[in-house]
Amino acid sequence: MGNKILAVLEQREGKLKRSAFEAVSTASKLAKDLSMEAEAVVVGSEVSNINDIAKYGISKVVHLKSADFENYSSTGYRDAVADYAQEVDAGYIILANTALGKDLAPRLGVKLNAGCIMDCINIDASSGEFVATRPVYAGKALIDVKPKSAKKIITIRPNVFKAAPSEEAGEANVEVREITSPNLQTRVVEFKKSEGKLDVAEADIIVSGGRGMKGPENFHLIEELADLLGGAVGASRAVVDAGWRPHSEQVGQTGKTVSPSLYIACGISGAIQHLAGMSSSKYIVAINKDKEAPIFNVADYGIAGDVFDVLPALIEEIKKVKAG
Amino acid sequence: MKIAVCVSHVPDTATKVKVGSDGKSIDPTGVTYIINPYDEFAVEEALKTKEKLGDDSEVVVISVGGDSSKETIRKALAMGADRGVLLKDDNPRDSFAVAKALSEEIKAQGCELVFCGKQSVDYDNTITGQLVAEMLGYSCIPVVVELTIDGNKIRAEREIEGGREVVETELPAVITAQKGLNEPRYASLKGIMAAKKKTIEEKPAAEAESLTEVLSMKLPPPKQPGRILGTDSSAVPELVRLLREEAKVL
Ligand SMILES: Cc1cc2nc3c(=O)[nH]c(=O)nc-3n(C[C@H](O)[C@H](O)[C@H](O)COP(=O)(O)OP(=O)(O)OC[C@H]3O[C@@H](n4cnc5c(N)ncnc54)[C@H](O)[C@@H]3O)c2cc1C
Ligand SMILES: Nc1ncnc2c1ncn2[C@@H]1O[C@H](COP(=O)(O)O)[C@@H](O)[C@H]1O
Repeated sequence: MGNKILAVLEQREGKLKRSAFEAVSTASKLAKDLSMEAEAVVVGSEVSNINDIAKYGISKVVHLKSADFENYSSTGYRDAVADYAQEVDAGYIILANTALGKDLAPRLGVKLNAGCIMDCINIDASSGEFVATRPVYAGKALIDVKPKSAKKIITIRPNVFKAAPSEEAGEANVEVREITSPNLQTRVVEFKKSEGKLDVAEADIIVSGGRGMKGPENFHLIEELADLLGGAVGASRAVVDAGWRPHSEQVGQTGKTVSPSLYIACGISGAIQHLAGMSSSKYIVAINKDKEAPIFNVADYGIAGDVFDVLPALIEEIKKVKAG
Repeated sequence: MKIAVCVSHVPDTATKVKVGSDGKSIDPTGVTYIINPYDEFAVEEALKTKEKLGDDSEVVVISVGGDSSKETIRKALAMGADRGVLLKDDNPRDSFAVAKALSEEIKAQGCELVFCGKQSVDYDNTITGQLVAEMLGYSCIPVVVELTIDGNKIRAEREIEGGREVVETELPAVITAQKGLNEPRYASLKGIMAAKKKTIEEKPAAEAESLTEVLSMKLPPPKQPGRILGTDSSAVPELVRLLREEAKVL
C-alpha cells in the first residue's frame, strides 16, 4: 500500500468549499497518526482560494486543471483523480460526504478497487489501525467499520470534523496539471441555484417548521429567524407532503440528515423519522404547545408554548441582542 | 428495452433499533420490513419509462438478499413490474459485494437502463447505483428528481446542496431516484392478484468479496432530557441567555 493520503477538495464556482478544508484537516491528522504523507488534489478550472489549504495542515496541492472542469463531470473528475491516485499509489482518499463526494467516491472505488466507507463521523487511527464510525438507520445506530482493501476511500460528514485555520502557515506548493480532452461522457450542463438560500445540509444553524405552523403563509416567521441567525430553513415531512415547503428542506430519515450546532424545531412533534435526521445536532431547541411531544425528549431547551406567541418574541429578542 | 430496478428490503422507518446478539447488526425481532422508500420511486420511473416507450419493453426487479426479500420484489410486481429475480445470499454483504451481484445479473439480463433508489434506509450507503454503473461501464446520474430520456440521450436534474444540477449523458445508464421524481402508484387489488402469478426467479448471488467489514454496532449515547423553560414568550429571554452563555451557539 502506498504512503500517500489524498484529500480530494471540492470547489464550486472556482472556490474551495468549507467542507474541503475539513477534508484537508482530517487527511493531515490521519497522516500523522499513520506516519504517512498527506497531499491535496482539486479538480477544476480556475480556483481562487487554493492557497488557503496551507493553513489547514497540507502544503502540497495538485490542481488537475481544464477549462472543461468549470462544471462537475462525474466521468471527467473520476478519471483525473483516479489516474493521479494510481500514479502516486495513494493508500487513502478522503472526500467530504457532499453530493459531489457521494457521486465521486464509489466511482473511484471501482476504478481503484478500494472499499468506500461513507459519511463517517469519527475516524481513529491513533493505535495504527484504521477504524471509522458511521451512522446507520439514519443515526438510530452507529457502526465501527474497517476497510479490507489495500486502498481505502473515506467520506466525512460535513460540519463534524471541524477545521480551524492556523495563522503561522506558509504558502501552499501548488502544482498545476493540465488535463487535455477530459472524458465528458457524463457532464453538468447547468446549475439551477435555489435563490441564494443556504442548504440545510450545509448550515450550522437550522430553524425548522412543522405542521404546528398551521400554513405556508406563516413560514415567514421561520425564514426571518433563520435569516437573523445566518441559518437555513428546514421542514418536517408533513409540511413537505402538504406542499408548504420544498422537499430539499425536509429533515429526517427520508429527507436530509443534519448535524448543525443549533437546531430549532417549531411546531414539530418529533416523530421517530424526524428525530433520526436531526437528533445528533449539538443543541436542540423545541417550541411546541404540547408538553408531551416527543421532540422534548431530545431537546436541550424547550418552550411548551404557542409558536405564534414565542417566535415573534424570539425574533425580537435576538434582534435586541444582535444590536448589542 | 429491458429495464432493471434494484430494490432492497429494509426495516420500516418507524423501527426502534436494537443491537442484535452478534453485536454487529440490528435485532430483527418484531421488526417489520418494507420496500426501501426510494426504491418505490425507482419502480415507478421504470414503469413510466416502459409506458412511454409503448413497445415490448420489460421491467425486471432484482434484489440481493434472503428469502424474505421476495416480499419486496412482490410489492414491485404488484405495482406493475413484469418479473423478479432474487439473488440469494443470507449473509451480509457490503455495497461492493451487493453491486457485484447486481451488475453480473444486469449484464446477463441485457438491461440497458437501470433504476435504483438514491439510498437504502438501512445502511444509508448512497453508493450502490454508482458502483453498479461503474462495474458495468454504464453512465450514472444519482439523486435524480427529473428525468427525460430521448432515444439514446438522457437529461436529468439531480439535487445537490443549494440547487439542482442539470446533467446530460447517454444510455446505457443507471439512474438513482430521489423523492420528487414522481408519485409512486399504489398497487391495485388487480395488481396484487396479478403479482401472485408473476415469476420470481431464484439463484445464488454471484460470489464477491466485501471490501469493508463491520466490527461492531452500538446505539448513539442517549441525550439527557432537556429543560422546559416555560409555557409562553416570557421564557424567551432565558432561552436566548442559555443559548449564548451555556451553549455558546449564538
Ligand atoms: C416512510 C416514512 C418516512 C418518513 N420520513 C420522514 C422524514 O424524513 N422527516 C420527517 O419529518 N418525517 C418523516 N416521516 C413522517 C413522520 O412520521 C411524521 O408524520 C412527521 O414528521 C410529522 O410532522 P410534524 O411534526 O410537522 O407534524 P405533526 O406530527 O402533526 O406535529 C405537529 C406538532 O405541532 C404542534 N403544534 C400545533 N400547533 C401549534 C402551535 N400553535 N404552537 C406550537 N406547537 C403547535 C403539535 O403539538 C404537534 O406536536 C416519515 C414517515 C414515513 C412513514
Ligand atoms: N441488497 C440489495 N438488492 C438490490 N438492490 C439494492 C440492494 N442494496 C441496495 N440496493 C439498491 O441501491 C440503492 C442504494 O442503496 P445504498 O447504496 O445501500 O444506500 C437502493 O435504493 C437500491 O435501489
